[in-house]
Amino acid sequence: MSKTILTVDDSRTMREMLLLALQDAGYHVLQAEDGIHGLEVLKDKPADVIITDINMPRLDGFGFIEHVRRDATHRAVPILVLTTESDAEKKSRARSAGATGWIVKPFHPVKLVDAIRRVAG
Amino acid sequence: MAASDMDALRQIFFQECEEQLSELEAGLLEIEGGSTDMEIVNAVFRAVHSVKGGAGAFALEDLVRFAHVFETVLDEVRKGRLAAAGQVVETLLRAADVLADLVRVARDGGDVDQSRIQAVSDELGSLSGTPAASAADEPEENLDDLGFMPVVVELPIFDEAPAPEEPAVLEYTISFKPHASLYANANEPIVLMRELQRLGEITVACDTQSIPLLGELDPEGAYLAWTINLKTTQSEEDVRGVFEFVDGDCDLTIAVNGEETGGPSDVDIEALLRSVREEAAEQAAQADAPIADAAPEQPDAIAAPSEPPAVAPKAEAAKSEKSGNEKSGGSEAAQPTIRVDLDRVDRLMNLVGELVINQAMLSQRLMEAGLARSTEVLSGLDEFEQLTRDIQEGVMAIRAQPVKSVFQRMPRLVREVAAATGKKVRLVTEGEGTEVDKTVIERLADPLTHMIRNAIDHGLEKPEVRVANGKREEGLVRLSATHRGGRIVIDIADDGAGINRPRVRSIAEEKGLIPTNAQLTDEETDNLIFLPGFSTASTISDISGRGVGMDVVKRSIQALGGRVSISSRPGEGSTFTLSLPLTLAVLYGMVVTVAGQTLVVPLTSIIETLKPKLSDVHAFGGEARVIELRNNFLPLIDVGRELGFRDQGADPGAGVAILVESEGGAQSALLVDGIQGQRQVVIKSLEANYGRVPGIAAATILGDGRVALILDVDAVVAGSRNGSLSAESALALAG
Repeated sequence: MSKTILTVDDSRTMREMLLLALQDAGYHVLQAEDGIHGLEVLKDKPADVIITDINMPRLDGFGFIEHVRRDATHRAVPILVLTTESDAEKKSRARSAGATGWIVKPFHPVKLVDAIRRVAG
Repeated sequence: MAASDMDALRQIFFQECEEQLSELEAGLLEIEGGSTDMEIVNAVFRAVHSVKGGAGAFALEDLVRFAHVFETVLDEVRKGRLAAAGQVVETLLRAADVLADLVRVARDGGDVDQSRIQAVSDELGSLSGTPAASAADEPEENLDDLGFMPVVVELPIFDEAPAPEEPAVLEYTISFKPHASLYANANEPIVLMRELQRLGEITVACDTQSIPLLGELDPEGAYLAWTINLKTTQSEEDVRGVFEFVDGDCDLTIAVNGEETGGPSDVDIEALLRSVREEAAEQAAQADAPIADAAPEQPDAIAAPSEPPAVAPKAEAAKSEKSGNEKSGGSEAAQPTIRVDLDRVDRLMNLVGELVINQAMLSQRLMEAGLARSTEVLSGLDEFEQLTRDIQEGVMAIRAQPVKSVFQRMPRLVREVAAATGKKVRLVTEGEGTEVDKTVIERLADPLTHMIRNAIDHGLEKPEVRVANGKREEGLVRLSATHRGGRIVIDIADDGAGINRPRVRSIAEEKGLIPTNAQLTDEETDNLIFLPGFSTASTISDISGRGVGMDVVKRSIQALGGRVSISSRPGEGSTFTLSLPLTLAVLYGMVVTVAGQTLVVPLTSIIETLKPKLSDVHAFGGEARVIELRNNFLPLIDVGRELGFRDQGADPGAGVAILVESEGGAQSALLVDGIQGQRQVVIKSLEANYGRVPGIAAATILGDGRVALILDVDAVVAGSRNGSLSAESALALAG
C-alpha cells in the first residue's frame, strides 16, 4: 500500500511541486496550508511521513512539530523539514523540536524521495 | 516532471506571486499607517520569502537576488533591529513596487529599469547594513546557499545512477549506537539499515548487552547498538549520507577496509570534499553543541533535549494560537478552496444559460398544451424553475470575486501619480469585499485607474493651494464599492476643487462640442467632460493625458452595461459614480413588442410605464414629439422608427410609453406597441458575429424559442437626440 504523506506549506507553488513529485513517486498526498491546518488534517487522517515548511502563518513549522510530537498518536511519525534556509541554526532548532530530517528547497525530486526513504524506509 | 507540469507550476507560481504581492503591499500600508502588529510584519516577510522560494525553483535569478536583499531588510525589521517607520517604510514600499515589476517581467518578458532596481537595492542594502554592492556581486553565493535548482528531471526516480567503470569494492565497518533522542525524533535504525543495504551487501550484528532488567528498563531509552559490515563500491560520503539526519543523535564510527576513516582516499577530490565538509561541520557543531552534549549517556535523555527548548516553543505556540485567534476573522485561510479553470466555469455558465432557456421553453410548451392546468404539473414546473434559478445563481457566485483585487492596485498608482504631480494624497478604500463578476472586475481596472489619475491630477489642488483655501494639505481620494439594487456601485470621490464649470463650458464651446448659446444645467455641464474629444488639460499631461479621455472611460463602462455619473461641488470636490451589473450573463428585462418584433428593455433603465393620452403628446418641430408628464416635457422616442423597423411614426395613443432613465439621469419616454411581460433573460452577445449594432446591446432566446434583441437604451436615447443612431455608432467606431 502506498504511503501517505502530509505536506504542510503556505506556498501553493511549493505544495503543488511536492504534490507532483510525490504523486509521480507513487505516494498518496495530503495537504495543509499551515501548522494549525496540518494538525487539523492529522486529526482525521493519519500520515506515514510529514513534510513541513518552517515559515508559515498561524503556526510555524517548529510549533507544528512540537505539537505533533506531543500527541501520542503521531509521535513516531517521521517529520522532514522543508526550508530554503540550509543554515545550521534552523536545522538544529527543527531537530530540537523533534524533526526527523530535512530537505533543502528547492528540492530535486530524487532528493525528496531519497529523504523520505531515509526516514520511512 | 513533464513539461506540461512545469508550465502548470509556473502558472500557479505567478498566481501566487500576485497574491503575495497584494499581501505585501497591504501589509506595508498597514505598517505605514502605524500598525506595529508583529503578525503583519511576519506576513510581509513571508510574502517576500515565498516569492523568493518559488523564483528560485524556476531559476529566476534577478527576482531571487532582489527578493533576497528585500527579505534581509524585512528580517531586520522582524527581529526588531530596524524600526519600520518613515523613510524605511517608503523604501520598503518602493521595493515592493520593484518586486512587482520583476515578477511581471519574469512572467511576461520585457525590460526592467536596471538603474531603478539598483537604486532601490542600494537603499535596502544600506538599511540592512549590508553593503549594497555585495547584494549584486555575490548572487552566485546566495543562490548556492539556497540550493536553488530547477526541477526539470523526468521521474521515475528509482533509476540508479550509472555506475562508474570498474569501481573498487570497499569494506566498511560501521559502529552505530543510537541515543534516545534519535528515537524521539522518529528516526528508525531499521530504516537506516535498509538504506545501507541499498548501497551494497551488509551483515549486521546487534549488541544487546546494555539492555537492563525489565524493572529498570525505560521504554523510551536507547539500549541497543549495532555493528554493520558493508561491502560496497559507494564512497564514504554516500555511506555517511545515510546517517545525515541522525548526526549527533548517535555514536557513529565508520572504518574503511579496517582503517578508521579520515584515512587517505584513492580520489583526491573526495578528500578535498571531506575537508570542506568537516570545516562546515565544525561550525555547525558549535551551534549544535549544547544539544549534542545533553543527549549522551542519559537513560532519560529524552527529557534532556526537549527540556531546554520547551520554554521557547511553548511561547511560540502561545503566540501562534493568539495570532490564530486574531486572524479568525479571515476565515478564508481555513476554508478549503479549489482552483478551477475559468473556461470550465464559463462552459458551465453557458450550459446553465441554455438550461434556463430550456426551462422557460418547456414551461411555455406545457402551458400552451394545456397541461399546466394540473396542479401537480404546475408545482413541478415551479420547483424546476426555482432549482434552475438556484443553479444559475450558484454558478454566477463562482464567477463572483471581491473588488479587492482591483482596489489593491490603486495605492501604488496613487503613490506614483502623487509623486509625479507633487501633490499629497491619501487613498481610502471601502467595501473591498463587495463581489462582482470576474469579467466586470477585470474590465474595471482600466477605467478606475484613469479616474483615479484624473481625481488626483485634475481634481486635487496643489498642497499650497489647499492650505491657502483652509483645507488639509493632504488631499483625500475615496474609492468605495457597495451593492445597491442588484448592481454594484463604485464611487471615486475626491475633496479637491470640484469641476471648474465655466472652464469646461468654454472648452466645449471652443471645440465646437456645444453651441455658444446653449442653456446647460450644472449637471449637463459636468457631463460635457464625457464627450469624445474633450480634454480639460491645455497640454496633455503625462499623468491623465495619454490621449485617453473620459469618453473612453464612459464607453468601457457602458460596454459592461454600466453607467457613470458625476456630482461635483465647487471647492468641495467631485464624486464619480459607476453603477454596474453584477453579472454579464443575465439581465432582467421587460419584453415588449415593436412593429411585430420582440425586444427586451433592461429593467435597470425603466422608471415606469404608462399609457399615453393623445392630449399629452405634443409635436415639437419636425418629427420630434414630447410627452407631458406631471408638468415635465420628456422626449417621446418611437423605438420602431428609431431602429428602422418602420418608416411611419406609430400612433402614441395605441402604444405604451416606457419611461427610462439614461446616462446622466436624463429621462425620456420610449414608445412601444405593447408589453408582453417581465423576465430574466440570458444574454447572448451579437458582437462576435455582427460587431456592434447601434441601439442593440445583445440578443436573447425567449421561452418560445424566438430570438429577441435587447435594447441599448442609452444608445437609442442618444441616437434620437443626435438625429440618427448610425452617426453615434460612427463616432464610437472612430474612437
